[in-house]
Amino acid sequence: MSLITPEFGLIFWMVIIFGAVFFVLAKFGFPAITKMVDKRNDHISSSLLAAEEAQKKLENMAQEQARMIEETRLEQSRILREASETREQLISQAKADASAEAAKLLEHAKMEIAAERESAIRDIRKQVAMISVEVAEKIVRKDLDKSDGQISMIDRMVDEASKAHLN
Amino acid sequence: MKKLLLILTCLLLPLAAGAQDDELNVEEYLFGHIADSYEWHICTVNGKEIAIPLPCIIIEDGVHVFTLHNMAEHGYALNADGKLVNASTGKRPFWDISITKNVLGLLVDSILLVVLILLCARWYKKHDVLKETPSGVAALLEPVIVMIQDDVIKDAVGPEYKKYTPYLLTAFFFILINNLMGIIPIFPGGANITGNIAVTLVLALFTFFMVNLFGNKHYYKDIFWPDVPLFLKAIPIMPLIEIIGMFTKPFSLMIRLFANILAGHIMILSTIAVIFLTAKMGAVLNGSLTVIAVLFGIFLDCLELLVAFIQAYVFTMLSSVFIGLAHQNPEKH
Repeated sequence: MSLITPEFGLIFWMVIIFGAVFFVLAKFGFPAITKMVDKRNDHISSSLLAAEEAQKKLENMAQEQARMIEETRLEQSRILREASETREQLISQAKADASAEAAKLLEHAKMEIAAERESAIRDIRKQVAMISVEVAEKIVRKDLDKSDGQISMIDRMVDEASKAHLN
Repeated sequence: MKKLLLILTCLLLPLAAGAQDDELNVEEYLFGHIADSYEWHICTVNGKEIAIPLPCIIIEDGVHVFTLHNMAEHGYALNADGKLVNASTGKRPFWDISITKNVLGLLVDSILLVVLILLCARWYKKHDVLKETPSGVAALLEPVIVMIQDDVIKDAVGPEYKKYTPYLLTAFFFILINNLMGIIPIFPGGANITGNIAVTLVLALFTFFMVNLFGNKHYYKDIFWPDVPLFLKAIPIMPLIEIIGMFTKPFSLMIRLFANILAGHIMILSTIAVIFLTAKMGAVLNGSLTVIAVLFGIFLDCLELLVAFIQAYVFTMLSSVFIGLAHQNPEKH
């Protein structure tokens, strides 16, 4: 049966035809296709890697951003707190200064008033003494001279009188 | 359903009437379709054969080129198998390199394949593969190429697969296109190419050379001095088995493809033959069997589509496995 005996003619042509097809396709056909497909596959895998990296970077950046925001917030609150502290300090300082100044002024005024009063009192005393001497002179005329002993006695008496009066 | 059957029967009546004149010779019919021939028979109209005459080329005391019509003038005749023999001696000339039906079919299919693959390759040259998705032929072929390369070749051959990819892809597409063209019943399809043992023999031989020409040291050591007890090698039992194995592998490839495709052709042809065989048995029987035969024929055609792909796939896969086996690296124990 010719069905299972290979014909030489067909083998001959098959070798030529298949050889030619193999040659053409192996040279111009499949390598071009597989190369491009491989190139695309490489591109896809590298793109995937790059995308993953970018994703990671993005995540890092988001974290960084969150960290920076947190830091800024802390900084802000710190500055605000410091500012308020400074303000408080300034105010209390100013208050203290002011009260001290006021106290000093008051003291000064008091001292001045006291000195003024002292001198006024001395003046008045002198005047009173003079007037008293004149009055006494007029009263006792020649009985009394203007000796120091007498003046001091009168002075003492006026002093006593004024003390009694003031009290 | 009855009505449909009736209509079909009526439709087939003239055909049945026409077929009543000459009885169908099943053997002639079957072998006329699956065997190679010196002309491409297309159909018979009113007893007149319409066939494409093909050049017969015989080299025997010079080159003889003729067609079947004038073979007698060149001193040749057809023998019982339908092969050309020397009319005077009755001997088969060795150099019968006629362009037979199968050779023409091979040529047509090969040109078709080369055009398709080159169109696909051209697409990749003209387009930026990183920016465009394949279209046209490239979109059709790329998934198949990628599937064969990634799922079959890469896995079976191993790290050196790039060297063998062109051959294995060529083998796959060559077998696939010839299988598919074989299913198409009209010219230029219908030639039983991959169901011809000469064709599968050459394909298997190519695989044989691909395996054995590039086999590595370890592969040949395994054949001639395998890791078995010495008495199995001293009298070379194992080497003998291994050497036989070298040839049985491609032999199995040859027989598998040949038998599968031949069987597919015979099944479809037999199914269709039922229509003509029952032509004389009356309109009802013939009509109903025709319906069954057509439905079964459709089923078989679908099956053959599947087989066409599977056989191409299996041939490629086994070739890849054999090549891979010839490139194994010795395992360290």
